Amino acid sequence: MKIYDAKPILIGLVIFIGFVSLPFWLNGGKASPPPDPKLDTPAIQILEKKECVASKDYMRKSHMVVLNDWRTQAVRNAKRYYVTAGGTTYPASLQRACMRCHSNKAQFCDTCHNYIGLAPYCWDCHLPPKQETAQATKK
Amino acid sequence: MDEKRRDFLKITGACVLGVSLLPVLKASAAKQVAEKAEKGPAYKTNPKALHGKRWAMVVDVKRCQEQNKKGECRKCIEACHSLHNVPTIPNEKEIKWIWKDNFEHAFPGTAHEYVPEELKEGPFILLCNHCSNPACVRVCPTKATFQRADGIVMMDHHRCIGCRYCMAGCPFGARSFNWYDPKRYLSQFNYDYPIRRRGVVEKCTFCDERLAEGLLPACVEACPAKALIFGDLDDPSSEVRRILSKRLSLRRKLEVGTQPNVYYLV
Repeated sequence: MKIYDAKPILIGLVIFIGFVSLPFWLNGGKASPPPDPKLDTPAIQILEKKECVASKDYMRKSHMVVLNDWRTQAVRNAKRYYVTAGGTTYPASLQRACMRCHSNKAQFCDTCHNYIGLAPYCWDCHLPPKQETAQATKK
Repeated sequence: MDEKRRDFLKITGACVLGVSLLPVLKASAAKQVAEKAEKGPAYKTNPKALHGKRWAMVVDVKRCQEQNKKGECRKCIEACHSLHNVPTIPNEKEIKWIWKDNFEHAFPGTAHEYVPEELKEGPFILLCNHCSNPACVRVCPTKATFQRADGIVMMDHHRCIGCRYCMAGCPFGARSFNWYDPKRYLSQFNYDYPIRRRGVVEKCTFCDERLAEGLLPACVEACPAKALIFGDLDDPSSEVRRILSKRLSLRRKLEVGTQPNVYYLV
């Protein structure tokens, strides 16, 4: 089998493949550090029983489901409080419940979201606690 | 033949027993659900929450005018807009939940050139009328705006796609579209309430979040002249019903048939 103009085609092909696989060459072998969400906010430190609205595993995988359900119940059904399996009552609100304890959006929410390249639009409308909003508006 | 009759009687007996047991089973199931709701995970309301069937507001224009004679009063507007993070935008793309206007603009069609001079300039406090037959809800293609069982016409900004049909549908101009990111036009934030994003429509919600905590709407609470009265029209002993039965009131644009629930005493 004969390829016409084999030389320039092969050279071009090598350059193209090299260019496309450039990220692999540049970052090869280096694992980017896994996210490390911080739980040491003042509000959490003073908690006697360090417990979220559901188990850690469930929250890690399904916090967005919880937030969606809270949204539906609060806005559509006017039920603005959530009773956990343990019997504790929280306002079903991102700003009035979640962010009260997890007041460190940059070290908590953003670490994982940035790691997987996700920009949830929650923050278009829901305000993180005061100091963080101030920083975000300055930018 | 006898055998068959026996079988028939047995089955009938079993059916009667089953049907008579049904209410007992239902009651015990309801009890279990209730017990589960006690322990959670479950959703509930604040026991102090105000409940109504047809929330309404009465605006006493005379009292509002008297307060304004002492100096311009914008307390209701300021209270509402600061509580709900409503941006102040200095052009026609403004956002307003509650605002003031004159008689001609508030009651077009009713106004004529011989209207009492002291009424002409108002001010009339205008806001979403939370109509009983809301045009905005009918035209919303995503059900982002909907009517609650207590009559409040609610916004679910999560579902709003910004088509602005509701703004075309609303005969009262009570809805505002976010042309800009509201963050830029807010000098301070209420961190207990969300803001909105560019591209959604917003309006007054009769402070549903305050009613859920057992509080009256912010404008009603802020009015120094007690010119705004809030209550349930379905409750014959409520203050709004008492006032409406004693004094003549106006509603805006009745001819379009949306049955507004904000009444003006003139």
